[in-house]
Amino acid sequence: MAVLQIREAINQAIDEEMERDSGVFIMGEEVAQYNGAYKVTQGLWKKYGDKRVIDTPITEAGFAGIGIGAAMTGIGVRPIVEMMTWNFAILAFDQIINHAAKASYMSAGQFKVPIVFRGPNGPAHMLGAQHSQALESMMAHVPGLIVMTPSTPFDAKGMLKAAIRDDNPVIFMESEMMYGNKGEVPEEEYIIPIGKGDIKREGTDVTIIAWTKMVAVALKAAEELQKEGINAEVLDPRTLRPLDEELIIESVKKTNRCVIVEDSWPFASVGTEIAHRIHTIAFDYLDAPVEKINSADIPMPYAENLEHAALPSSEKVIAAVKKVLYR
Amino acid sequence: MEKIKTMKEEKKKNAQAPWADLNLSNEKLIKIYRDMLLIRRFEERAAQEYGKGKIGGFCHLYIGQEATGVGAIAPLREDDFIYTAYRDHGQAIARGMSSKGCMAELFGKATGVSKGIGGSMHFYDLSKGFMGGWGIVGGHPPLAAGSAFATKYQGRDSVTICFMGEASTNQGVFHEILNMAMLWKLPIIFICENNGYGMGTAISRAMAGEHLFEKAAGYEMARGAVNGMDVIEMYREMSVAIERARKESLPTFLEARTYRFRGHSMSDPGQYRTKDEIDEYKKRDPIETFGSALKQWNVLSESAIEKLEEEIKAEVQEAVEFADASPQPPIDVLYDHVYA
Repeated sequence: MAVLQIREAINQAIDEEMERDSGVFIMGEEVAQYNGAYKVTQGLWKKYGDKRVIDTPITEAGFAGIGIGAAMTGIGVRPIVEMMTWNFAILAFDQIINHAAKASYMSAGQFKVPIVFRGPNGPAHMLGAQHSQALESMMAHVPGLIVMTPSTPFDAKGMLKAAIRDDNPVIFMESEMMYGNKGEVPEEEYIIPIGKGDIKREGTDVTIIAWTKMVAVALKAAEELQKEGINAEVLDPRTLRPLDEELIIESVKKTNRCVIVEDSWPFASVGTEIAHRIHTIAFDYLDAPVEKINSADIPMPYAENLEHAALPSSEKVIAAVKKVLYR
Repeated sequence: MEKIKTMKEEKKKNAQAPWADLNLSNEKLIKIYRDMLLIRRFEERAAQEYGKGKIGGFCHLYIGQEATGVGAIAPLREDDFIYTAYRDHGQAIARGMSSKGCMAELFGKATGVSKGIGGSMHFYDLSKGFMGGWGIVGGHPPLAAGSAFATKYQGRDSVTICFMGEASTNQGVFHEILNMAMLWKLPIIFICENNGYGMGTAISRAMAGEHLFEKAAGYEMARGAVNGMDVIEMYREMSVAIERARKESLPTFLEARTYRFRGHSMSDPGQYRTKDEIDEYKKRDPIETFGSALKQWNVLSESAIEKLEEEIKAEVQEAVEFADASPQPPIDVLYDHVYA
């Protein structure tokens, strides 16, 4: 099996889908001649040319809307819109929330919107407040959108292929901190369906739920906890909307304890929703209230020590696990 | 294109019909007149039904602006696309969507053009290329540009037209889209329906500069103002713009100067403009003006016009009865089509 970086796995998914379907194209800032701000689209412009790998002006709302309108036309066009980061995509939220997410419903199903908005999300390192935001909860709040958050090269490729082939607007959130992460990716084609979570580490004593960058934090905590005889399960929902509720509930029924780790803010987050569902669906199985670790409820500071203090860490996860284990 | 001529001036100058240069059959001319009249009567009836509580929410009437919508849509082909904002009833009717389906949508019924899910501001008919019906000022021009992008991408020679109010040209995204439409040579026509007011705010209080259409100059786009109260003038300028889009794949920005005779929406008491101003525009009523011309050039007789009135009255009555008798959407569709 080939070992690929996440950026290469994403690149492969785009490349293969563009080869398979001439209606697939990618547009965004610096995706073509510059090969992508994070080199995700490396080589695609050379291979497919101006028509299908399209550099845009810096106009997030404008090109997001062009993608949506192109997808809605119903003539076999499936745009991939790269957002250089999700911080910038905030400018396009009107297009995504008011238009992409509602076109199918408002038209009573006349319109389909097969489009993927993808790019890095969440705090990276010392980028300051405007460039360090995890926005998946805002997107997952909106009916009509699908939200996917891959954590490995294998997942990223299989999930993106599912996203591109789906007839709904998909919010695909990556992490610039993870583009260089490596992992095995099979040569043969595979698809990871939307809404399918994955157990990243099996365990019996506690379920740690995490996605994207936080999966690594959770796995590191699990390793440390193992040394103390605590066997943690790490569950990656992979898709946040629709959520793999069944996998989550099954895991919690087994472990009876749960900690959720996310680098978004705590108020009304995806983790809040997951905790609520666990509390209402699996209440009788719980031996402790669900704990939640988030980024601090502040705009992100620049200074390294302050940023570190604001972010979730394996230490914070370990403390939360011990709390739900009453240890 | 920049000079605005009224049909009267045109008539004085020319010893021939205002449409003599346009290759319009009498049948087509009558269809154009009929569409405008149908919109007028449909909207008048919608206002009444709103007053009776049969129609809820916001209801933005097109009365006064009929020539703009009909004149812009009449020269289109069936495989062309139309986007518009929330004042969308008139354009839907001009595109041939049934008055029954439109009225039923206003009534929130399952038989409506959007099955009662969309409402007044969200009329859609993908099969007719009628892409709606959007409620966020300035939000839909990007989608329209996307439609033009898609047809060009797929090598089709369809064009997209995008109606928008003049107030939307003050939104940032409007400029993003004009820039990209020109940069990428998209086959699109932006029809800015300048009715003088963004809700209750006169354009002079909201826009710097006097010549709205010159906003497109910054993008070196073909542009001009047209008398939106004159359906033939609209048809003529649109035909040129459509040709430019279809043959050369180039965008056009048209400022259609028009006027709405009613308030912004049904809840608008209209205290921001004078009765004199409204009366002045009513003298230029697009339907009466065109009707007189049709009579003058013997396309329609007075009795034929009366017959059309009767026909349309019956059609609107039938639409209301249909809407009233139609069922509300069943509760079990509540979660349908959130996802494809």
